[in-house]
Amino acid sequence: MWAGFLSPEQATYGLISGQTLFLTIHILGLGCFAYIVTRRLVPLLRAERDIRFDRPLLRLKKVLQFWFGQWKHPRYGGAGILHILIFAGFLVLAVRAFKVLLLGASENFAIAAPSGNLSHIYEIITDYAATIVFLCMAVAAIRRIVFKPTRYAVPAKYGQGHPVDAIFLLGLIALLMVADSLYEASRAASLVQQGKIFELPAVFSLPWFLKNALATASFSTLWNSYRGAYLLHQLTFYFLLCYRPFGIQFHVETSLFNVFFAKLDRGTVKPVKWGVADEQIDQVKSLGVKKFEDFTWKHMLDFYSCADCGRCSDKCPANAAGRPLSPRFLTIKARDYSFQHYPVFGHSNGNGALIRGIYSEDEIWSCTTCGTCEEECPLLVEYIDKIVDLRRGLIDIGNVPQTLQKPLKALETRGNPYGKLEKKRADWTKAKEFQESCAVKILNRSDSADTLYFVDSITSYDDRMQAIGRATAKILKRAGVSFGILGAAEKDSGHEVRRFGEETLFRALRDENMEAIKASGVRRIVTADPHAFNALKHDYRDLPPVEHISQVMAREVKAGKLEFNPVENRTYVYTYHDPCYLGRHNQIYDDPRRVLDAIPGLKRVEMKRSRDRSFCCGGGGLMLFYEPKEEQRMGVLRVKMAAEAGANVIVTACPYCMVNIEDAIKVAGLEGKMSAIDLTELVEKQLAASTRKTAEIGQSPEKEGVLALVG
Amino acid sequence: MARIFAYIVHKDGVADDTAAELVAAARKIDEAASPTAIVTGFGPDLDTTCNSVRGSYVEIWKVANEALAYPNAELVRKALAGILPQGCVLLLPHDHFGIDLSPGLSIKTNSAYVSDVVSIEGAEGTFLKLVRPEFGGQVSAHVRCDISSGAILNIRPGAFKAQETAPLNGVVVDKSAEIGALTAKRRFVETIAADGGGVDISKEPVLVSVGRGIQEKDNLSIVQELADAMGAVVSCSRPVVDAKWLEKSRQVGSSGKTVKPKVYIACGISGSFQHLAGIKGNPFLVAINKNPKAPIFQAADVGIVDDILEFLPELTARIRETC
Amino acid sequence: MEILVCARRVPDTSENEIELNSSGNDIERDDLVYSVNEPDNYAVEEALQIIAREGGHVTVVTVGNEDDEEVLRREMAMGANQGVLLSDEGLSGSDGKGIATILKAYVAKNRYDLILTGVQAEDGAAQVGGMLAAMLDYPYASLVNSIQVVDEKKLKVSREIAGGNKEVNEIDLPCVLSIQTGINEPRYVGMRGIRQVASVEIPALGPSELGVDAASVSEAAAKVKRVDYFVPAAGKGAEILQGKREEIIDKLIELMKAKGGLK
Repeated sequence: MWAGFLSPEQATYGLISGQTLFLTIHILGLGCFAYIVTRRLVPLLRAERDIRFDRPLLRLKKVLQFWFGQWKHPRYGGAGILHILIFAGFLVLAVRAFKVLLLGASENFAIAAPSGNLSHIYEIITDYAATIVFLCMAVAAIRRIVFKPTRYAVPAKYGQGHPVDAIFLLGLIALLMVADSLYEASRAASLVQQGKIFELPAVFSLPWFLKNALATASFSTLWNSYRGAYLLHQLTFYFLLCYRPFGIQFHVETSLFNVFFAKLDRGTVKPVKWGVADEQIDQVKSLGVKKFEDFTWKHMLDFYSCADCGRCSDKCPANAAGRPLSPRFLTIKARDYSFQHYPVFGHSNGNGALIRGIYSEDEIWSCTTCGTCEEECPLLVEYIDKIVDLRRGLIDIGNVPQTLQKPLKALETRGNPYGKLEKKRADWTKAKEFQESCAVKILNRSDSADTLYFVDSITSYDDRMQAIGRATAKILKRAGVSFGILGAAEKDSGHEVRRFGEETLFRALRDENMEAIKASGVRRIVTADPHAFNALKHDYRDLPPVEHISQVMAREVKAGKLEFNPVENRTYVYTYHDPCYLGRHNQIYDDPRRVLDAIPGLKRVEMKRSRDRSFCCGGGGLMLFYEPKEEQRMGVLRVKMAAEAGANVIVTACPYCMVNIEDAIKVAGLEGKMSAIDLTELVEKQLAASTRKTAEIGQSPEKEGVLALVG
Repeated sequence: MARIFAYIVHKDGVADDTAAELVAAARKIDEAASPTAIVTGFGPDLDTTCNSVRGSYVEIWKVANEALAYPNAELVRKALAGILPQGCVLLLPHDHFGIDLSPGLSIKTNSAYVSDVVSIEGAEGTFLKLVRPEFGGQVSAHVRCDISSGAILNIRPGAFKAQETAPLNGVVVDKSAEIGALTAKRRFVETIAADGGGVDISKEPVLVSVGRGIQEKDNLSIVQELADAMGAVVSCSRPVVDAKWLEKSRQVGSSGKTVKPKVYIACGISGSFQHLAGIKGNPFLVAINKNPKAPIFQAADVGIVDDILEFLPELTARIRETC
Repeated sequence: MEILVCARRVPDTSENEIELNSSGNDIERDDLVYSVNEPDNYAVEEALQIIAREGGHVTVVTVGNEDDEEVLRREMAMGANQGVLLSDEGLSGSDGKGIATILKAYVAKNRYDLILTGVQAEDGAAQVGGMLAAMLDYPYASLVNSIQVVDEKKLKVSREIAGGNKEVNEIDLPCVLSIQTGINEPRYVGMRGIRQVASVEIPALGPSELGVDAASVSEAAAKVKRVDYFVPAAGKGAEILQGKREEIIDKLIELMKAKGGLK
């Protein structure tokens, strides 16, 4: 208690004592907040279950990294710094807010509160914190009003934005800082007038400026501004607390939980229903998300936690191509639905259909599951599982575009989306010249090998992509890997089948493949198809270790077993396009680059959007059959990015990327100016006739065959 | 040999090309055959039609009735069932009308029915040996048909070539009175024309036609550019319309438009019978397709085995250079 | 409205080349997969959409043996209320008329307002619907691409005719219609749906239960018989231009100029 100034609780406000007033405000404020939060929890209680309490230590680590450490924020520099400052400021000020709360409850807590130097330092920090937050509010408001960043814009079809609401909230927070600072400043000014000099408020902080402004104010002015500022602060604080759950600011409260409960396993897809084993799925009456209540509670929490920052849609390649998908609005529309049908005040009335309600079918089918949205989101909001669940719901009622029905039927009857004969799956190995130099083993009872090369459908059947298969086989052979393929026993990996919501068909494909793989007795699996790679690694269970060919190549390059001739054409400038399911979902960025950089004379540039920000080529698997409504092809946008980076050859490590990019080069009219090549094709082309190692042993790989014949 | 009849399809007083083709088919059944034409309809157009086929048919049975002004298969079936002699062979074109009429007529007259006949290999007593395609034309089947109690044969339009013979001086016999009352439980309301879309490919002399081989809607521009360079118009086959890449008015084929160009460039078109059925007048047909086994190469005059996505832009560029 | 749809199980030929078997008298069936005839599937979807609007039931029927049951199950998974198998045991080699006779016997024992078939099956005959209608003395319309229920006594249907035009007709119920592909967008049926109807009972009726004299619909009675399959010898065909692409292009331009294709 400072001399001359009682604490606001000890003061009187009109006829009411401060203690009563503030106790009332505390009780009302907290009570309101508790009620609002309880009402907000109602839909979560009706939601589907979700397993989110496992591996608590890992979850805590994520909280430290993503919540406390604001790890994703710097991806957008300006806004990121702003937010980190605001967040830090809030954390600091929250401690004091908490202290005030306790003091309001009982003065006994004052004894427990830290005092002396620690308290002193804390006061300095909070002064600066309030100042920084205040300044950040001003900058944020100027950004919104003057610079209007495009990612905040709300396209007409999604309704109105809430720009006034946003500014209002910024204003309220600023007001909170001002009230807080005025409270400090008033007291400090009074003390200065009384000749008591002390260090607080901290120099050049907001309260410091206010203190100087109040230097000549009368005692009663100071006493009034002191008590008034405190009251204003409490009112504003509780207003904000109770207002936040009605909009995007709810993320202030929910973000900690949203990050704690975030998904831990990249590249996976949630089961159809948590807690229901595969064998029991057939008994489940309804699959997928058809109405709001079919979402899990964590997904509903996602809707509450979205800060409407637009980073997801800003980077979403489907959105950039003009497809009807905007991840941000997927979330905001669901949140608005939730607010409307589960209001804080009024009756809950849910159970309405989402598709043709708030979502359109095209919106849901347009997603390539590239994962950019999830990568950008600072709150770790999840999208892919929701899209898959919505698709499961559509599949369940038979609402599937005709263009997808044909390949799904073919997958069911023939194990590949093209409807081609199973027995022709290994025909790519029979290309005349290839077969002579590189016979590929078909694994069966009589023929076994150490490694399985899982080819998957597109590489097996597509005339152009078969070249990737042959290149991969040659590389494996050169690296001395004993390998074989499953041939006609191989079925499509089912990666997209699952992500397009056809869980039953996926399981049938998976079970057949797993049986064939087990029967082959291999100890290792390699594939050149990132979608197959992701499926085998994450969707399949109990398999031998799985690698992508780029990992194998990087290792063999390092071990000196693969050596390259220098590039012939010096005018080629190469750029590597990270496939979504190799890069972002499985974080394999460096191995392909190491391989490329091991080729002498290869000039390589990076596109602006590379690595975890790589721009999806347009999608793989079943996405090749779907005809999306779009203004431009995603592949065309990507090819233009390559040209912008100064490249004339795009290297990719995925057959679907190859299809989309080669197509895009034609559509963009860049034939002759831009070409595409798969990593395996490039490597195979550049393989040196012999390596230092084989030279040491005195043999070249080509001679091996001859020796075998002669010897 | 049974008496052979041929049903004449006509519109606005003009007999369809199949009228002459059915004579050729009849001659394959019996070299000496003199088939009788049956023409149903009403008013002056009917008379015009009857007169126009007097050169190909020895006898023409005219069946005039107001109810038959529009060829409603249900009513025509009743009429024919009334006048056709027992055990005769009736030939019709296998088109939307023949498909509608014949199966039911075969039951009412207790005769055999074979549809989509593309070849007649002769008769063995009361058995005819016929050829018809199955599985979308991927294979053909020899069919043996017992015509002892009569037969109705739907002949594929264009399968039999009209023969040049000395014109006959056919006699028109009015059979209108013999058909009895015509009421049916199906009534014609109206015909709705397909959306014009501003383009009438049936009048164009040079057509650049595109099929499934174009692969994607975005690639259509290379076809349009070739057409522009040639001063031609773009048309297409059914799959392109089904995929909604081009309007129905551009479709050439049995369920689309019939065209009579001088030059027809078929790009990425496989050459199904339904598509070729829409091309009349024997134009100079150029086929470009990367599948050397595509049926179009049977029908074309000149063939190029190449990928249209690469060939067409080069062709367009060269035309621009040299013409 | 009670709707009957006649469906057929046919080889799936969309992607695969049909080839002759080694003896040349049939197609090679070893690698074939079978599924419901596509136009029949459109017919079932149309029937389901009609009863969704008008109320009623959809029954799917096929003439065949237990292998053909899978087609009935698939259509039931799609939403048809019931499947019925008309057993063709001892009736192999029936021609179209034989099949229509069996169907007619079944229809005569039940009450259906509307009977649908697909426009044609793999043999391209397009005949069963028309024959069935004539046997029942029901009105018939083929190549139907749109159905509108006027009232419980009649429909308005449009048929696909030449030039992409449509012929609109009014037709009395009960009637038979053959349905053209593209009339609607059939819903998806997956493995799960089929599993869910796997144990539903499908009654099988033989010729005796239907009151059909087997002899009258068997091969012996058929007037039309397929003798064999063959691939016709290729005719002269096109003159395939040879050489490098530039040479081919120049030759082509020359030919087109001569034929009046280029100005």
